[in-house]
Amino acid sequence: MATLLSELSTGQSARVIDVHALGEAGQRILEMGVTPGVTIRLVGAAPLGDPLAFEVRGYRLSLRKAEAALVGVERI
Amino acid sequence: MKPASTAQQARTAALIGNPNTGKSTLFGALSGVRQRVGNYPGVTVEKKLGWMTHRGRRWTLVDLPGTYSLAPRSPDEMVAIDVLLGRREDVPPIDVVLCVVDASNLERNLYLLSQVLEFGRPVVVALTMTDVGESRGMVVLAERLARNLGVPVVPVRADKKLGLEVLRKALEAAADHSPVPTESPFPESFRAEVETLGATLSEGNGAVPAPRYLVERLLLDTGGYFEAHMLEEKGQTSLRDALKDTRARLAASGCPIPAVEAISRYGWVAKVVDGVVTRPTEAPVTLGDRIDSLLTHRFWGTLILAITMLIMFNAVFSWAQWPMEAVENGVKGLSGLVETHLPEGALRDLLAQGVIGGIGAVVIFIPQIMILFFFLAILEDCGYLARAAFLMDRLMSRVGLSGKSFIPLLSSFACAIPGVMATRVIENRRDRLTTIMVAPLMSCSARLPVYTLLIAAFIPNERFLGGLLGLRGLTLASMYLLGILVAAAAALVFKRTLLKGDAPPFVMELPSYKWPSSGVVVHRTLQGGWSFIYRAGTLILAVSIVMWAALYYPRLSPSAAAPLLAEQERLRAQKTAVELKGTDAEKEQLRNALIVVSDRLEGTQKRQSFLGRAGRLIEPAVRPLGWDWRIGSAVLASFPAREVVVASLGVIFDIGESEDGDRRLSQTLRASTWQGTSRPLFNTPVALSIMVFFALCAQCASTLAVIRRETGHWGWSALSFTYMTLLAYLGALATYQVGMLFLP
Repeated sequence: MATLLSELSTGQSARVIDVHALGEAGQRILEMGVTPGVTIRLVGAAPLGDPLAFEVRGYRLSLRKAEAALVGVERI
Repeated sequence: MKPASTAQQARTAALIGNPNTGKSTLFGALSGVRQRVGNYPGVTVEKKLGWMTHRGRRWTLVDLPGTYSLAPRSPDEMVAIDVLLGRREDVPPIDVVLCVVDASNLERNLYLLSQVLEFGRPVVVALTMTDVGESRGMVVLAERLARNLGVPVVPVRADKKLGLEVLRKALEAAADHSPVPTESPFPESFRAEVETLGATLSEGNGAVPAPRYLVERLLLDTGGYFEAHMLEEKGQTSLRDALKDTRARLAASGCPIPAVEAISRYGWVAKVVDGVVTRPTEAPVTLGDRIDSLLTHRFWGTLILAITMLIMFNAVFSWAQWPMEAVENGVKGLSGLVETHLPEGALRDLLAQGVIGGIGAVVIFIPQIMILFFFLAILEDCGYLARAAFLMDRLMSRVGLSGKSFIPLLSSFACAIPGVMATRVIENRRDRLTTIMVAPLMSCSARLPVYTLLIAAFIPNERFLGGLLGLRGLTLASMYLLGILVAAAAALVFKRTLLKGDAPPFVMELPSYKWPSSGVVVHRTLQGGWSFIYRAGTLILAVSIVMWAALYYPRLSPSAAAPLLAEQERLRAQKTAVELKGTDAEKEQLRNALIVVSDRLEGTQKRQSFLGRAGRLIEPAVRPLGWDWRIGSAVLASFPAREVVVASLGVIFDIGESEDGDRRLSQTLRASTWQGTSRPLFNTPVALSIMVFFALCAQCASTLAVIRRETGHWGWSALSFTYMTLLAYLGALATYQVGMLFLP
């Protein structure tokens, strides 16, 4: 089911479909290895619900919700 | 092989790698103590050079800043590219690139390597963190990786000095051979466009072909710093149109710009790691995972962060007390020594007060800086610093900053100098500058003597709620709160005006936990202290000498000094007589009388010095704050450091600096009146107006010197001095005027 990376619930995994890459945030997200086809999992959120922590390509990556919303994913 | 005659020619290697790969540890292990930290002119990047000798050949090592990608978004990030291309005159051309790759995080690290390979220089890969990977049941086959990459791969454990000899040999060998040109990972259509565009660029630029990597960047970095930089450099409007057309053609042929870069490079990475990494089929829940879920927990994580920060803050605040007192006493002892051993005169006073005082003013900050850097090194090396930023990001984003600004700002409550230096962890230039601009608003420990003196003298010791809350404590707390609120407002203003721009992304790695390496911690602690001396020391010394001269000259005219000197002579003669046959009470009385005379002599001299005269000159400006020219002069004299105002008030009010100076000063201040009247000079609104002024002002030459060094430009120091002084003036004005309505 297609959704946004920011919409995952804790512990859920998803496959990346596309990244909105026109701004700096999108380019940084791509550089950090969040590319189409890769599997990504939401590990948790900071105390105030933002930013979020993900696991991707074997490491932990923190993104703000607004940045995670640049990534289209499908839940798996 | 090269001919023997050039065998001993010096060579240069550049170290590049992701953050948290152990690159600095490796740099330290290779160069040992032979390193030097400086600045690249015009940018805020540290220039770290080291040297090593291998088989009689001298190597220069250039440690480039840790980065995930060589896609320059600011002049700071352009430095690494210019160094790798040999386009910087202050760095020798690079013979070999040493790319540091974290074995436990292979894919993301190889992304950077794929960019490095395109520079066409010989490359050697140092594989670090193999133990971290193994602890997760992950095995990386270095030989296989080397075969897939086509460049040598050397596993190293820099902390244990393992693999360094092999690495040095590999560097030597790589420099002897010209590199095998690496095939671009991009699709065919993209490569063709790069070639066409490259040819266009070379035509306009003479015979020198544009490096392939720069042409690629020009196509990929849409609307960013690099595109603007190149367009400006080439000065071609036609180039702009050519770029637009090329990008449109590429997008149509299935190469979306800029996503094509990450897709192509990670595609290349997937081929390279094939068969290189073996992982357990089921990822085990490691100790690190369990620690992480605790440390980023909503409740426990916040609590642990608060406790950690409390310990760190307390350490910077209180551990530094003892060495700082030692420095103070050392300075006093040393100037005393100079004063007794040198003949009276300007040279003696310059040495005793200007030079030794100035050196003291530099050394006094070293304990706090080193303690803070010690904690930061531990927190950063074990991976916690990123978690602290993660936890605090939401809060800091309310004032337009990110979680990375939290620790520098917190540290500034102890002292803005290490706080400003700690902003180096903030990669985004605008965020870093905003943090540097507002950090000095945090009430540092140097403001405490000012607050305590004035509170003790003018705020009644009233208590409420059964003694739980005191008016004095509340006044002190409100000074701290004032700093925080003004800093928040100032940050918002800076981010909306001067440092305007898109909110920088908070795309941040949360590195895996590890034990901090003692080598790294010791090195960073020493480095923190040293870089302060090196970067700001001479400036602070110079300011201190200038201020000394402004208070020393012009000398009191002989006719003005005569009555006081005569009085002093008379008392001295009397004292000699009394020493022989006099009661203790008489001796005590004479000693006090002598102190009063010499304090008056000192006071008369300072009052008519350049600074004292300036104080009189600015009196019309400070009258609305409730200050007379004496307070004005004391504030001017405290420009080098806020805490000096206590001593300056003492000198100007003829108290001098004595053992019970603070108590006597309080009494004198309470008793002093506007000159020629019996109206008390100080009342509560005046005391509050001085406190508010010091809460907000930038009266600290050392902070301004550090800001200049960290930002690379005087403009930022000038700006922070101007805006803070303006705020301080307005704050003091409002406090006094409003205060007089309620507390006459």
